[in-house]
Amino acid sequence: MKARVYVTLKEGVLDPQGQAVAKTLGRLGFNEVEGVRIGKYIEVEVGDGSTRERVEEMCKKLLANTVIENFRVEL
Amino acid sequence: MKLGIIRFPGSNCDDDALDALERVLASAGLGGTIVWHKDHELGAVDGVILPGGFAYGDYLRAGAMAAHSPIMAAVKAFADRGGPVLAICNGFQIACEAGLLEGALARNDSLKFECRDVWLRIEGRPTPFTQAIPAGRVLKMSIAHAQGRYLHPDVDRLEAEGRVVFRYVTADGEAAGAANPNGSQRSIAGVTNAAGNVVGLMPHPERAVEALLGGGGEDGRALFLSALAVKRGEPARISS
Repeated sequence: MKARVYVTLKEGVLDPQGQAVAKTLGRLGFNEVEGVRIGKYIEVEVGDGSTRERVEEMCKKLLANTVIENFRVEL
Repeated sequence: MKLGIIRFPGSNCDDDALDALERVLASAGLGGTIVWHKDHELGAVDGVILPGGFAYGDYLRAGAMAAHSPIMAAVKAFADRGGPVLAICNGFQIACEAGLLEGALARNDSLKFECRDVWLRIEGRPTPFTQAIPAGRVLKMSIAHAQGRYLHPDVDRLEAEGRVVFRYVTADGEAAGAANPNGSQRSIAGVTNAAGNVVGLMPHPERAVEALLGGGGEDGRALFLSALAVKRGEPARISS
């Protein structure tokens, strides 16, 4: 089965990539854009019966840097 | 004194570090040795350098994969015993990812790969790589990184503990915002761990050991000479 992991920058951590994308969206006429934050989406193929706890452990150990990033797991 | 330089797949300042050690320390009969990241033992070394580069292509995050290379368990054990570790640029990112140092290195606020000379002020608590350098001394070195914006969740504590050991300043030693090349908190260029034996910085001391090459000149020598002086138990400050 598939675990879906979303890694996002913590609130308050400046995201210059997101700012650049927001600016370009504005240039394209998307004037309603008020901000963009860029994160990562990771699909992890795991064996049946795998637990959310194990995937969260993967996030803490490798997939996310919890100093500056949050993560969310869907399983 | 022999320093072990860890070579990861994608390291590209490993040979520069080896060359720098030979240039600076050879006259004292000392130098460096390359240690492959898949090794489990450091061998007989007096210190470790985590060199710059793009270990594992910076996949996922700079330093994330290298932090779990087989050799890193030995590096952590060495650091826990008080062994001196110098983590340069990508090495600094690896050290943070491995938990050898606190904090994280995020994408530069400029969004650019910053490649230029900077000036660093020596400050904070003594470390093997800085304690023979007079506090307040300003060193010129080059940077070359896209992810060097140092962030720490409790930067006040870090400062209070004297663990900021390099700070970006102007050539005159002023901590002006314009001297900060990447948006690091408090213009932090380098930090040390609680015990003071692990030091990480984004600028490249190993690229500043030869006046002929211009750029940083020879200021980077001071870090290696400091390590040598400390190893020999010499209290003397480096004068030049």
